[in-house]
Amino acid sequence: MAIYLTQDSKVLVQGMTGSEGMKHTQRMLASGTNIVAGVNPRKAGESVDVDGKQIPVFGSVAEAMTETGADVSVVFVPPAFTKAAVVEAIDAEIPLCVVITEGVPVHDTAYFFAYSQQSGKTRIIGPNCPGLISPGKSNAGIIPATISKAGRIGLVSKSGTLTYQMMYELRDLGFSTAVGIGGDPIIGTTHIDCLQAFEDDPETDAIVMIGEIGGDAEERAAAYIAENITKPVVGYVAGFTAPEGKTMGHAGAIVSGSAGTAAAKQEALEAAGVKVGKTPSATARLMRDVIEGL
Amino acid sequence: MDLYEYQAKELFAAHDVPTQSGEVVTVAADALAAAQRIGKTVVVKAQVKVGGRGKAGGVKLAETPEEAAEKAEAILGLDIKGHTVGKVLITEASDIEEEYYVSFLLDRANRCFLAMASVEGGVEIEEVAVNNPTALAKVLIDPLNGVDKAKAEEIVATANFPADVADQVADVLVTLWDTFVGEDATLVEVNPLVKDPSGKILALDGKVTLDENAMFRHPDQAALVDNAETDALELKATELGLNYVKLDGEVGIIGNGAGLVMSTLDVVAYAGEEFGGVKPANFLDIGGGASAEVMANGLDVILGDPDVKAVFVNVFGGITSCDAVANGIVQAIELLTSQGVAVTKPLVCRLDGNNADEGRRILDEAEHDIIELVDTMDDAARRVAELANA
Repeated sequence: MAIYLTQDSKVLVQGMTGSEGMKHTQRMLASGTNIVAGVNPRKAGESVDVDGKQIPVFGSVAEAMTETGADVSVVFVPPAFTKAAVVEAIDAEIPLCVVITEGVPVHDTAYFFAYSQQSGKTRIIGPNCPGLISPGKSNAGIIPATISKAGRIGLVSKSGTLTYQMMYELRDLGFSTAVGIGGDPIIGTTHIDCLQAFEDDPETDAIVMIGEIGGDAEERAAAYIAENITKPVVGYVAGFTAPEGKTMGHAGAIVSGSAGTAAAKQEALEAAGVKVGKTPSATARLMRDVIEGL
Repeated sequence: MDLYEYQAKELFAAHDVPTQSGEVVTVAADALAAAQRIGKTVVVKAQVKVGGRGKAGGVKLAETPEEAAEKAEAILGLDIKGHTVGKVLITEASDIEEEYYVSFLLDRANRCFLAMASVEGGVEIEEVAVNNPTALAKVLIDPLNGVDKAKAEEIVATANFPADVADQVADVLVTLWDTFVGEDATLVEVNPLVKDPSGKILALDGKVTLDENAMFRHPDQAALVDNAETDALELKATELGLNYVKLDGEVGIIGNGAGLVMSTLDVVAYAGEEFGGVKPANFLDIGGGASAEVMANGLDVILGDPDVKAVFVNVFGGITSCDAVANGIVQAIELLTSQGVAVTKPLVCRLDGNNADEGRRILDEAEHDIIELVDTMDDAARRVAELANA
C-alpha cells in the first residue's frame, strides 16, 4: 500500500506547460509516476512531448478526469491563480490535490480549504510543500526520487529539505510514503491526518514526524499520538534558536510571544512518548534503533 | 508585515471604520504645529510596532501646543522594548465612557478565521484571556461566508455588548471585516474601541498585520513598508531577494530550504555550547536553486557582517545537485574577490545528497585556503563553532 499515493494513481498536472511544471513533470515521469494529463485552457487539445511520452492537455480538470481517469492533481500554477486552480479541482471532485506553489495568500488558502471541506471529496496537500512520494510507486510533487528507496518508514514533515535530509539518512531502510505537508499557516493535510493514515497502512511500521516553530500543530499531533497511534513515532523539531516575532523562511514559521516555540513542541511530543532527536542525524539514529527493535 | 497605529487607522478610514484622524510627525516642532491645527487637547502617541506603549511612557496627554511639543520631544527617541521611537502620532483627545475590544485574525488551529470581542477593552487582551476568559468572546468565521450584519450581531451578542451600542458595534465589525478581507490582513485589532459621552463608537487604537504573500494584488501597500527599524544587513538582503534574518551570534549560516536552515541554526548553537558559547549570526535560505549568483549574494551579505567569524554553508542536494552548488561556491568566491570583497573568513562546507561526491571533488580541487569540507552536518557544525571561537 502506502498512503494517499500508490502505483495505481493517475496524475494530472495543473500548470504543466509552465517552466516549473514542465521540469517537474519530467522528473515525476522519470521516477515512474503515471502522468496522464496536463491542464491548460489555452492549450486544450494539444499534447506535449515529455521525454518521448505524449501527454494530452485538456481545457479543464473535469475534462481531464473524464478522459483519463486521473485521480491526483499536482498544482504548479503561480500564486495569483492558485485559488482558482484548486477550486476547479475541487469542483471536479478530484480525490487528491497537491499544491506545490509557494507564496499563496493565506486568505486564498483559507477559502479553498473550507471549500474542500464543504465538498468533502478532495484532500488537499500543501500549499507551499514538496508534495509526496511513495518510493518505487509514484511521486506527486518535487521530492527527489533518487535519494531514497521503498521501505517501511512513514514520514510527515513541514519542511521540504528536512524531508530530503531524513530520507537520505535512512535511505538503506526506505520509506512507504513521505509527505511534505508544507510550512504555511493553513495547510490542507496535517501531521495528524498523516499519522492516522500511516497507522492504518499495513506497509508502514514506524513514523518520523518533522515539525518546526509556529502554530500548535505539533502539540495537537502529540495529543493525538497519545490517544490514537500505536506504531512507534520518532520526532524532530526545528527552530530552537529562532527569535520571537521573525518569520523564518516559511510563512508559518514564526514564534508569536510565547506561542509556537520549538521547546513547547518538543515537550509535548516527549510527554506523548515520542522520542525527539536533537539533530536530524540523531533523529535518524533514533529511528534506526526503533526499526532494529521491531 | 505589521503596521504602525497611524497606518492601521488610515486603512480603517479607507474602509469606513470610524476612527480619528491625526498627524504623524518626526520632530517636536511639527508636533506643535499639528496640535495648533487640531486646536484642542491632544494625545501624543509613540509609533512603534510593539504593545505596552502607555506603560513605557509612550502615550501622553497635552493640553496646549507647547505641551504637545514638550511631550513629543520626550517620546521621540525613547526606547520601548528595543524599538526606538522615530515618529509620534498627534491626535485629538477623546473623552472615554467605555472601552471595548474587537479583532479578526487567522485561526491556524481551526484553519479558518476567528472573531474576538470583549466589553473589557483598553487593557492587554492576553490578560483578559487569562484572568477572565468568559469576558472574551471567540466566534469562528467560515471563510466561505465571511461576516455580514447577521454574523456581526452574533459576535456582539456572544460578547454581551450593552444594548445601546450593540447595533453600532455590529456595523463597525462589518467594516472591520471589510478591512481584514479587502487588505488581505492576518490580523485587524481595535483596542480600545470606545464609546464617547455622546454615545458614538470610535476605534481609538489599531493594529494590523498584512499578508506579504498577497502584496501582488495590493500595489498601494508598498507605500506602507517602513525600513526605519530594519537592520541594514536585512535591508541589503531583501534588496538582493534573499530570505535573511539577522541574529546576534558569530557563525554565518547559508543553507537551502527554510527547515534545513532553521535546523542548522540549532545544530550550530548546540555545538557552540562546547566552544565558548558561539551562536548563529543569521538565518539565510538561498532556496532550491543555489546558483553561483545567489550564492555570491548570500556570501556578500554574510561577509559584510562584522560579527561573523566563520561561515557554515550547509546544502542538501535534492533537486539541485551538489556539483552545481560547489561550482556556485567557487564562482561566488571568484566573483566577490573580483569585486574587491575580502573573502578571508573560514568557510566550512557540508554537501550531501545528489552528486555529493562530485561536489566535494570540485571544492577539493579549487584548493581555496578558506574552504574546509566536512562530511556530516553535526561535525561541520562543531568545526565551524570551533573556528568561530578561535
